Amino acid sequence: MSADTANPRERALAAALLARAPTWQQADARAGRLARGHSEDAADAVRLADDYRLLAHDLARARALMPASRAREYLENAYARAHATLHHGAWRLGSGLRRLLVEETPAAMRWLAPYILWTTLIFVLSACGGYALVRRYPDLIALFASPDMIASVESGKLWTQGMLNVVPSSILSVEILTNNIVVSLFAYCLGFLFGLGTLYILGINGLMLGAAFAFVGEHGLAGQLFSFIVAHGCVELSVMCLSGAAGAAIGEALIRPGAAGRLESFRVAALRTGVVLLSCAVLLVGAGLIEGFISPDPRFPLSARIVIGLGYWGLMVALLTGRLFGRRAAPPAAAGP
Amino acid sequence: MSEPLPGLSVDSVTGIDVSLPLAGPGARAFAFLIDWHVRVILAVAWYVLGTLIYNSRLALNAPLGHERAWFATVVLPALVIYFLYHPLLEVLMRGRTPGKRKVGIHVVTRHGELPGVGALLIRNVFRLIDSLPVAYGVGLTLMVLTRDSLRCGDMAAGTVLVYERAVTDAELLQSAARRVGRLDTAGAEIAADLLQRWGSLVPEARVRLTRQLLQRYLGADADLSPADELQWRARLERLARP
Repeated sequence: MSADTANPRERALAAALLARAPTWQQADARAGRLARGHSEDAADAVRLADDYRLLAHDLARARALMPASRAREYLENAYARAHATLHHGAWRLGSGLRRLLVEETPAAMRWLAPYILWTTLIFVLSACGGYALVRRYPDLIALFASPDMIASVESGKLWTQGMLNVVPSSILSVEILTNNIVVSLFAYCLGFLFGLGTLYILGINGLMLGAAFAFVGEHGLAGQLFSFIVAHGCVELSVMCLSGAAGAAIGEALIRPGAAGRLESFRVAALRTGVVLLSCAVLLVGAGLIEGFISPDPRFPLSARIVIGLGYWGLMVALLTGRLFGRRAAPPAAAGP
Repeated sequence: MSEPLPGLSVDSVTGIDVSLPLAGPGARAFAFLIDWHVRVILAVAWYVLGTLIYNSRLALNAPLGHERAWFATVVLPALVIYFLYHPLLEVLMRGRTPGKRKVGIHVVTRHGELPGVGALLIRNVFRLIDSLPVAYGVGLTLMVLTRDSLRCGDMAAGTVLVYERAVTDAELLQSAARRVGRLDTAGAEIAADLLQRWGSLVPEARVRLTRQLLQRYLGADADLSPADELQWRARLERLARP
């Protein structure tokens, strides 16, 4: 019923309610200030709790007395904003990112640990499978490598040699890291297809790696390929397994949703695992730069490449466990009586 | 004034639910189109200006061969503008982009709160799936099929798009000023009750209570005869009327 057509009692109540409009404005402005982090005043925060109750009270009356009014609409929004501010706190990008890196990412990594083990196993088995296949049937390399790459290896040269003469390192890096990030994100997102897409991408990449090593090994170039891969590959392949683990977790959430339901289960899994992907994307930028500037450059000896590869891998572990940003290992549990 | 839009209802400790009007596929597609144009214009503008400055003449052709400086200063920033427009702006503008702001919608969690950085980035990662096979086919189909108009990214991040406040402070005050009476809530309830129970009260009580109300809210005693009940009632109705 609108206030215009209501009985005198309702008209009077509606009018009295509207007299409080300046109070609603103050409450809304206060919630806005606190939400943006523009107020550090404790009194403001305490008053927000009072505002919240006041707005709830007035909104309930407005819904009954004047449901199709601007005042109700204003109150709905002011109440929603007060609710969000009270339950979420101020929006601070810095602290949000810090929480993401120091708390959420390590927690997600712990949760993902069994998936990481499984996906790493699948990747390694696929690589072994690819290696065995091409060792047994060398012609099958045509399934995994382009004719140019095959011709190059058969002439005794890795396709990576002279790469820098064709494309500058900077462009090469950007091409590589873009490709790697897209592949990793796809490995993650395709977990949406009940995990099958993720398994497919992991399997294909494992097969290709194993097949390439078997093929170059046949031509005595395995050492050169290892030397090319080791600097960037430690992190790149680890990130591939991590993205696969995150995608597998999403797939399992959809296959076995539990009591919460499929949508809720998917949401929880995606939110938990997605934070790892963000760190992975950053790590792939570094891996792409190494692959563009260091891996094809013959001036770097194998020992330097191994140090770079292992060092960057250590940095990755520190980033994902939060140690890079000052997180300490959890203290050991107290001994029982 | 139109009827309230269908929305999301969030429980609250006060017992009064928070009602958020949901944005449908139309509003979302409109916001996306605006954003798409903005990012294309920005990326192309960067590319054109960068190339003109790089070439130092009125020519838009790319340099022959791979030139690092041209790639790093012209192509790369243009690609960054195009591909990171949504994730960066949604994080920096707290769930909004210029397109969403123009349409009057923003991203919130299913609990009506501002989403965290992680949730905003995840909903953008899933654009990879939503944009398949072409022109956001998966995303649009899901939006049409789901009750809350969600695309895959929203499902993953636990977010929804809701309309922002349409009523400004000035509009509220203008609307209120037309209706505000002289009574506070308590006075309005007493006056309304008194009018409702007028017939059941004894005449002395009617006049006494009305006199007290008029004295309290008008600040002066009414110069009426206690016997003139109709006049007392008329005064009371005028007081109660907005």
